[in-house]
Amino acid sequence: MKTLLLGAVALGLAVTGQPLSASAQETGGEQFVLISHAPDSDSWWNTIRNSIALAADELDVTVDYRNPPTGDLADMARIVEQSTAAQPNGIIVTIADFDVLSGPIRAAVDQGIPVITINSGTAEQSAELGALMHVGQPEHEAGRLAGIRAKEGGATSFLCVNHYITNPASVERCQGFAEGLGVELGNQMIDSGLDPAQVQNAVSAYLTANPDTDAILTLGPNSAEPTIRAVAEQGLGGDDIVFATFDLSPAIAQAIRDDVIDFAIDQQPFLQGYLPVVFLTNYSRYGVIPSNDVNSGPGFITVDNLDQVEALAGEYR
Amino acid sequence: MSAATDERIQTRSRLRSAMIRPELGAVCGAILVFVFFFAIARDSGMFNLQGTMNWTVVSAQFAIIAVGACLLMIAGEFDLSVGSMIGFSGIVIAILSVQWGWPVWAAILAAFAVAIAIGALNGFLVIRTGLPSFIVTLAFLYILRGLTIWLSILTTRQTIIGGVAPLAEGDWLAWLFGGKLFGGLFVWMAENDWIATYTRGARTGQPIVDGIPMVIMWALALIVFAHILLTRTRFGNWIYASGGDAQAARYVGVPVNRVKILMFMFTAFCATVFATCQVMEFGSAAADRGLLKEFEAIICVVIGGALLTGGYGTIVGAALGALIFGVVQQGLFFAQAESSLFRVFLGTILILAVIFNTYIRRMITGER
Repeated sequence: MKTLLLGAVALGLAVTGQPLSASAQETGGEQFVLISHAPDSDSWWNTIRNSIALAADELDVTVDYRNPPTGDLADMARIVEQSTAAQPNGIIVTIADFDVLSGPIRAAVDQGIPVITINSGTAEQSAELGALMHVGQPEHEAGRLAGIRAKEGGATSFLCVNHYITNPASVERCQGFAEGLGVELGNQMIDSGLDPAQVQNAVSAYLTANPDTDAILTLGPNSAEPTIRAVAEQGLGGDDIVFATFDLSPAIAQAIRDDVIDFAIDQQPFLQGYLPVVFLTNYSRYGVIPSNDVNSGPGFITVDNLDQVEALAGEYR
Repeated sequence: MSAATDERIQTRSRLRSAMIRPELGAVCGAILVFVFFFAIARDSGMFNLQGTMNWTVVSAQFAIIAVGACLLMIAGEFDLSVGSMIGFSGIVIAILSVQWGWPVWAAILAAFAVAIAIGALNGFLVIRTGLPSFIVTLAFLYILRGLTIWLSILTTRQTIIGGVAPLAEGDWLAWLFGGKLFGGLFVWMAENDWIATYTRGARTGQPIVDGIPMVIMWALALIVFAHILLTRTRFGNWIYASGGDAQAARYVGVPVNRVKILMFMFTAFCATVFATCQVMEFGSAAADRGLLKEFEAIICVVIGGALLTGGYGTIVGAALGALIFGVVQQGLFFAQAESSLFRVFLGTILILAVIFNTYIRRMITGER
């Protein structure tokens, strides 16, 4: 039995070998924690995990990635409290739910821990919590910049395929696009639902009823992929119509290559992990930090930079 | 001399009978875990007041559901719907108070009533159909989770319902779940510079830990209640008998069905206590709360030395199991371990605990 217990201790020491040396403070390498709301199964966050590992390596700091294994935000709040108790040099956290997280985040700020918020939440919420800055993609602005781009392509009216109408951010994307295009949103946004066949039919019906539509915005792979089929079915594509979408998937990449989709709007998650580590490190070492929020997106993926994006997909893009 | 010794009774030294108890494994495990984390994470803030409060609260949450799961497991049944029940009860409270405008105390009482009724239904189905509780409650794991998501989307078009906090202010029953005790004591300690205070912001000078959360009091109260129930009352004996051998228990007049149904109701009660504390603390309910909590409860109970087949186990063991679970989960964060390895650790501890507990049980019962 004794050997069994010793074995357990040995295993534990092996697993957590790094902190045994407790080297961080001694060598001057700062310690940061990034806390996301994503469950273990969410692969999107891999990009951010890779980006903080890269930044940690380059700057000689330690960045721990923490997340609630099942995505339970109440568990996330406990992780924020835990991280605060460990007094790191800085905390990077998403505002997945303002109600649940505002207490723990504000407690961290009030104890003098520098906090940068990323990804979910808005710059306003970030400021209200007393965070140093917010690094994310403002949805309205992303839509607006995409709208301006579509206008340069000659578009004057558009269709916004909204597959997630209950999410306020989705509506903001459509409104921003309308503003960038310089038109009223009006009836140009449709609630397509999630079912691929239903999305495709809704888009076909709209395009048939409104044949002079010259731009389409989809809000992610769920609405983009059926819309690609609907557009092909109608014989549109190429220069007939400006087709823009949020986010990237293999099918979207192929459609960009085939000249069906003109550009994809990328929130560039890499920057949401990399930049906060850089900012917090410099804030800790030299007391300097930019005074404004950072828009990590929108970045645009077109046929010109598609090769690089595809080569790094899942790793840094 | 010959009158005093009865050959049918095996003699044991007093030390041995005091030491060899079902929770021995959990006691050793708890000591080991504390020694381990004290060795590797001493300087990380894990054992200052704030860090201690963090893992204590997490352990207390585990303990609340572990107590219910422990009694039910001793009575010979499982409840896999605990996690879904946590999500469901929370959403019921939020919908009734935020959407329907009920006073918060009424919403809480209604959630308890609904949850306990579902617990009774679970028990009734198990008893009536004779199906394994594993299957029946697995069905409710899905049914309740589905209902929770459907109800919240139906009423608010969202899966997170916020806005409970302002309604709960000043509510007597809400305080019982989300309040904090001994606030004055902590302010006094802060004034004497014994504990850390906020250094800036609106709460400058106030203690960072400003009281004992009610979730800890609930955990303690439930542990004491269940321990006395199990060890000092006739009903406690019935629980052991129902789980040990239900048929034999029936022959000697134990109302096995009633005991089991009551234990299902108690498990649902514990899940709702967990949910209510959570909703009152964070001010919102979400449809995905409590995912996988049923297994975490069972893990705590098994680490604590209870037998999956029923009839054997202690509340003290389950409480220590919850403590071990909470300390390991949060402690690995303090130790800056790679978080993906948490489950590796948990699985290892579980296997070690079960092996050790089996060894102890054989020593106690004399089985080979």
